[in-house]
Amino acid sequence: MTQPMVQIRNLHRHFGTQHVLKGVNLDIPQGQTTVIIGGSGCGKSVMLKHLIGLMSPDSGEILINGRNIFDLNHSEIKQVRTKMGMLFQDAALFDSMNVYENIAFPLREHTDFSEDRIARLVAEKLKAVGLSGIEAKTPSQLSGGMRKRVGLARAIVLDPDIILYDEPTTGLDPVMSRAIDDLIVDTQNSLGGTTIIISHDIRATLRIANKVAMLHDGRIVAEGTPQEILHSSNPIVRAFIKPGIEGDE
Amino acid sequence: MSVSGLGQKAFLGALVGVGGFFVTFFRGLAALSVRPFRGRLIFKQMEFIGVNSSFIICLTGMFTGAVLALQSGKAFRLFNAEGVTGAVVALSLFRELGPVMAGLMVAARCGSAMAAQIGTMRVTQQIDALEVMAVDPHSYLIAPRILASFLMVPLLCVVFNVFGLIGSYAVSIGLLEINPATYFDKIQVYVKDEDLYNGIVKAAVFGVIISVVGCRKGFLTTGGAEGVGNSTTQAVVISSVTILISDYFLTALMF
Repeated sequence: MTQPMVQIRNLHRHFGTQHVLKGVNLDIPQGQTTVIIGGSGCGKSVMLKHLIGLMSPDSGEILINGRNIFDLNHSEIKQVRTKMGMLFQDAALFDSMNVYENIAFPLREHTDFSEDRIARLVAEKLKAVGLSGIEAKTPSQLSGGMRKRVGLARAIVLDPDIILYDEPTTGLDPVMSRAIDDLIVDTQNSLGGTTIIISHDIRATLRIANKVAMLHDGRIVAEGTPQEILHSSNPIVRAFIKPGIEGDE
Repeated sequence: MSVSGLGQKAFLGALVGVGGFFVTFFRGLAALSVRPFRGRLIFKQMEFIGVNSSFIICLTGMFTGAVLALQSGKAFRLFNAEGVTGAVVALSLFRELGPVMAGLMVAARCGSAMAAQIGTMRVTQQIDALEVMAVDPHSYLIAPRILASFLMVPLLCVVFNVFGLIGSYAVSIGLLEINPATYFDKIQVYVKDEDLYNGIVKAAVFGVIISVVGCRKGFLTTGGAEGVGNSTTQAVVISSVTILISDYFLTALMF
């Protein structure tokens, strides 16, 4: 069995009196695509922010390659983050920069590459997401789908070991959603890293996931392969996936 | 809750707020001392704060000097002392009006922009993106603004003083018909180098206040467009009030 790349252990987090994460436990296997599904407000985004160290838990730990990221010092967490890429829900492109500068940003911050090499890598990543030749455009000139693809190009420009996607298809039309799904699969195949997706899109999840975990009311209530989740007898899982499957039929 | 309890809570809240500004200042300062040195970003902020504010500083400086000369010249004329108008205007500008007015103009123009820019980056997850890309937002966003503001507000204060004196000279000589030789002679007699230097030091302190308040308010923004609007308003109000309060204590220490 593959050694888990990320292990979440008994993660708790409160916001005031609200107990959002109530002891999350999950293993995320290396080199595979894991999709964490769940309804709005179940704690998915909070869990994702813990995964990348933007939030600290009240208790519990997240082990990446066996090391608890909450025990790391500033320079160690920086090193871990250079091995991670993330596509934000609204892409989070820097609006003061054009597409080229956005994608070149991690390279300029973390490498000593020449400008020629940076330009080659930017062009290569833009080609990989199907957007060659838009280097000079600003984020405001791009559609929602294009912004997501540029965001993905920026996330993978350092060839990360772990790629995180926060609701990658939210707000996109079905054709563009499908294109983004295909891009996630292509990226996974070409980089071979570990992919973690937060989503409530059950159709896309069943199509691209190797493993699915369902977060409900601050806990993981089910996990398994897409087929196991599809045929789960858990009433919470059935209630969540039923509308999505019916919409597909 | 009793009145004293409410007062205690408000005092503690204010103390926490002030402490937060010091945290932002020291984190920005610490970020300046570690690599990479972000020269391009610092120069960009210096251009925004200094060069792009110069026209408004010249304009307000000239009319401040002019109105000061008009008011004080007419008052001094009542007891035949209009010759000291230039010295009074120069002292007022160098010691108080130059640093305070330049500080208030920069707070309105640049402090608000800092809060709005950083606040928008916060609510659109651009700051989260920086952190995920292992870039310290204090190094990338806050430190260049603090350094640029620290360097440029004193320069703007000097520009304000120069244009204030030009406005004062025009009114004193052209309108009040004061002898130019007397005008300059009294300035030389009454105005000391320390008056100018202390005003510049004040302006540097105000520069730090403006940038720290603007950056912190932007950095802690929550709640979308309304949150950005609130942060921007708070940044201008807090930095303006802090400039005026700290001006009293700096004056008490310096003069």
